[in-house]
Amino acid sequence: MSTLHTVNKSPYERFALASCLAHVAPGDALLMLEDGVLGARRSGAFAARLAEADRAVAVYAIGPDLEARGVKREDVAEGVEIVGYEGFVDLVANHARVCAWL
Amino acid sequence: MSENPRKKFLYVNRKAPYGTIYALESLEVVLIGAAFEQDVALAFLDDGVFQLAEGQNATAIGMKNFSKTYRALGDYEVRKLYVERESLSERGLSLEDLMPIVYEDEDEDYAQKPSIHMVDRAELAQLIGDSDVVLSF
Amino acid sequence: MRIAVVVNEGPYTHQASDSALQFVRAALDKGHEIFRVFFYHDGVNNGTRLTVPPQDDRNLQRAWSELALTKNLDLVVCIAAAQRRGVLDAKEAKRHGKDGDNIAPGFRISGLGQLIEAGIEADRLVTFGD
Repeated sequence: MSTLHTVNKSPYERFALASCLAHVAPGDALLMLEDGVLGARRSGAFAARLAEADRAVAVYAIGPDLEARGVKREDVAEGVEIVGYEGFVDLVANHARVCAWL
Repeated sequence: MSENPRKKFLYVNRKAPYGTIYALESLEVVLIGAAFEQDVALAFLDDGVFQLAEGQNATAIGMKNFSKTYRALGDYEVRKLYVERESLSERGLSLEDLMPIVYEDEDEDYAQKPSIHMVDRAELAQLIGDSDVVLSF
Repeated sequence: MRIAVVVNEGPYTHQASDSALQFVRAALDKGHEIFRVFFYHDGVNNGTRLTVPPQDDRNLQRAWSELALTKNLDLVVCIAAAQRRGVLDAKEAKRHGKDGDNIAPGFRISGLGQLIEAGIEADRLVTFGD
């Protein structure tokens, strides 16, 4: 049964996203929240890594956190699905465990 | 205590000791948690490997050196300390740089056995996938 | 589903408490049960009633207290972490000879065992931290 991984810090500040991506398994999901959504920007250095990860794991970002930081939908990288807090709750319910990469 | 079957708890340690309180306070959870007789494993990866470094001396920074508490984990039936190989080598560390942590195996005449198990990244990912509850600090 | 939530950071300095609050509200709206919200590390600072945040901004402590009281949530502040950081209820204040207590309504102080129990009893455990 699969894992929901959460990343809440920017990958430009913290190693958490990179470490998380090195530990995901096929079928897992990755949710970026808070400053973690900054890694989801299309023009950023991590877009390619996320697109690559997207082949094995489903990648999500919290919409309200993107909006807060002025990141428009069209600025979000390919393969990243935008969800709200209800979507976050569904992800928690649909995966066996949550692993927070703090 | 719960009527439920034992759950697999994985404590994820990714931060160095002393700069923040997470290492110390996560250890406090492990010690209290021991009384609940669940299946406990500790994972040390990224800077978390520094929590097990030999030779810590916190006197000059005026803090409590809690590293010896890791050595006592065997007494609390916590015997599975998984250390990620890649995290060690990226930091120029090897098993020899870590504290020797052992437990006494009551099934083998209390023979001392190592509690530290080196695993690679893929094995650590598997550990996450095998657990029921993941605690991060 | 029965969900346990862990909040590792205090109000305002980190977004953790806000995110946890939003998550809890959404989970309740979807009909899930929040088994417990456990406040650890600086998270215990969410449980002091002495905060006076600016009027034009959200009041996190009050939001948690109101949610606890209206939705019958179990908000637990870890006693060891709370003692370190100065969050006390009347009993703890008396026990340690302190001249005041500050625990907010809807929160209770208890041991780390409550976190482990939450992990055992809940179907899911979600952590909000730094």
